Amino acid sequence: MASVAVVAPRRASLTASTAVIAGRNLRKFWRTPQLVWTTTVQGVLFLVIFRYLFGGAIGAGPLGYVGFVVPGIVTTMLIWQGMGAALNITEDRAQGLFDRLRSLPIPRSAVLAGRAVADTATQSWGLLVMTAASFAVGFRLQGGIGAALLALALVLVFSFAFEWVFIAAGLFAGNAQAAQGLAFVLVPFTFVSSAYVPVSSMPDGLRAVAAHQPVTSMIEAVRALTGGPAAEALLGHPASYYVARSLAWSAALVLVFASIAVARYRRG
Amino acid sequence: MTPMIQASGVVKRFGATTALDGLELVADQGQVLAVLGPNGAGKTTLVRLIATLTRPDAGTLRVFGHDVARQPLAVQASIGLAGQFAAVEATMTGRENLEMVARLFGQDRATARATSTGVLAQLGLVEVADRLVRTYSGGMRRKLDLGASLVGTPRLLLLDEPTTGLDPASRLELWDAIRRLVGQGTSVLLTTQYLEEADRLADQIVIIDRGRAIAHGTPAELKQRTGHNVIEVRLRDRGALAQVAQALTQVGSGPAQLDEATRRVTVVVAGGTNQLTRVLPALERRAIALEEVALRQPRLDEVFLALTGHPPPQPEAPADDPVGPAGAPVG
Repeated sequence: MASVAVVAPRRASLTASTAVIAGRNLRKFWRTPQLVWTTTVQGVLFLVIFRYLFGGAIGAGPLGYVGFVVPGIVTTMLIWQGMGAALNITEDRAQGLFDRLRSLPIPRSAVLAGRAVADTATQSWGLLVMTAASFAVGFRLQGGIGAALLALALVLVFSFAFEWVFIAAGLFAGNAQAAQGLAFVLVPFTFVSSAYVPVSSMPDGLRAVAAHQPVTSMIEAVRALTGGPAAEALLGHPASYYVARSLAWSAALVLVFASIAVARYRRG
Repeated sequence: MTPMIQASGVVKRFGATTALDGLELVADQGQVLAVLGPNGAGKTTLVRLIATLTRPDAGTLRVFGHDVARQPLAVQASIGLAGQFAAVEATMTGRENLEMVARLFGQDRATARATSTGVLAQLGLVEVADRLVRTYSGGMRRKLDLGASLVGTPRLLLLDEPTTGLDPASRLELWDAIRRLVGQGTSVLLTTQYLEEADRLADQIVIIDRGRAIAHGTPAELKQRTGHNVIEVRLRDRGALAQVAQALTQVGSGPAQLDEATRRVTVVVAGGTNQLTRVLPALERRAIALEEVALRQPRLDEVFLALTGHPPPQPEAPADDPVGPAGAPVG
């Protein structure tokens, strides 16, 4: 069929369109006081509660309970904050944003990438606040400052990785309630890890799960980096071992869940 | 000239529901095409296919010669979409909303700013441009949504029930805005449940029923086919309904319709007042007590009945066609 002369359609690149969409999501976040407040306060609350609720009762070990539990709480809290993504996705869809964006000449994955980038940025705000609170409740670095900065960067990598799990959950959920329910299934899963108590204290079945799941390897990486030689001795391997493991887990999560999410989004 | 829309045997199913069932349609560019039909007829599905939001299960659909399934990018670059739910971000200003879409069309910052300013002026939104959209009225939001579909300077504007749920004043304002755009040469495809809207805006109307185009023509042509007017009689006494229906059927271009609950009888007539003057003496001879007699424009469901011989399906609201607001003329 004869068609009009082939016009090279204008098309924003993946990076450019991701940046524009992330910008929209970030504006929405900062202009919704409830969201800013939750992100700011939630992590601090959990940190304070766990530190003082269990701090006296749970055996200290070489790191002290604060030194042990803070990396666990900070890492899991950042992962939890990603749950908001499932909700945001259903809202964006209900609001008609998805339809508008889908009708534009942009790469379709930009819509989801923009969500992941923006959420990771707001989570870095939550991380900043929690880090300050950690020191306020008595957490101290046993390793170097470089290792500590690497630990912070890793936490963001982990929350970015889990972000894709929640984005996929949001895309498969029919509405906001379902999205939240689906995302919430992950909460108990984060408890079955070394976040709050050492894996060695768990019964066999739980221990097998806890020792081999991604959240544990992520927490151990942060622990080894912030706890210095004492932590490495307690955990049994040098920090680099846990860093490599946790990065491999992150890459796997992104690979699997981003593919699922993009495929689901493309299908319409 | 390449047609604006060329649909051939287009089928789209959602699970067990067949939204489009072999749709055939050719429409020239440079005009306003109104797609008319009740809820669930497949109007929104057609718009979603043209906008590349979903793909046809069978058949081909071309927009300015570009196949929606195989050349989605070329299609996306030539269309603008405004939906029935204003897809604008409430926590951003009107200007920010438009600039975002302009940037996504590949415009640089300065161009996006200039385009947005132009569109804001065009729609009379300059004064509220820097206010957050959450402070906008429904009509203003709808206009901004229309604006967002314009920043890419589309050749074809897709408007899915652009005025559903708007108050009459905002509706008139939006109609004016649409008419101005058409004056500037943009082609428009709009879906509507309102016969009046199609009548006011469209050069061509296509009526869709159960996923097929059942009639296509200018508003005048379609009215000629369906009759110009409707005689509506409301009775005091339910017992006389059948008699009245019989009398009305004699002057109508189709059988009269009875509504027991509201004690109403209606019939589509080809003429105007002459049919009314014929029917009134007949009713008087039978000594039937009338509560109300009216001669009015046919509603969509009546046009529908006249064209198809069956009343429009009740809105079961399949996934793609949300139920219109209460008080919509069909439903």
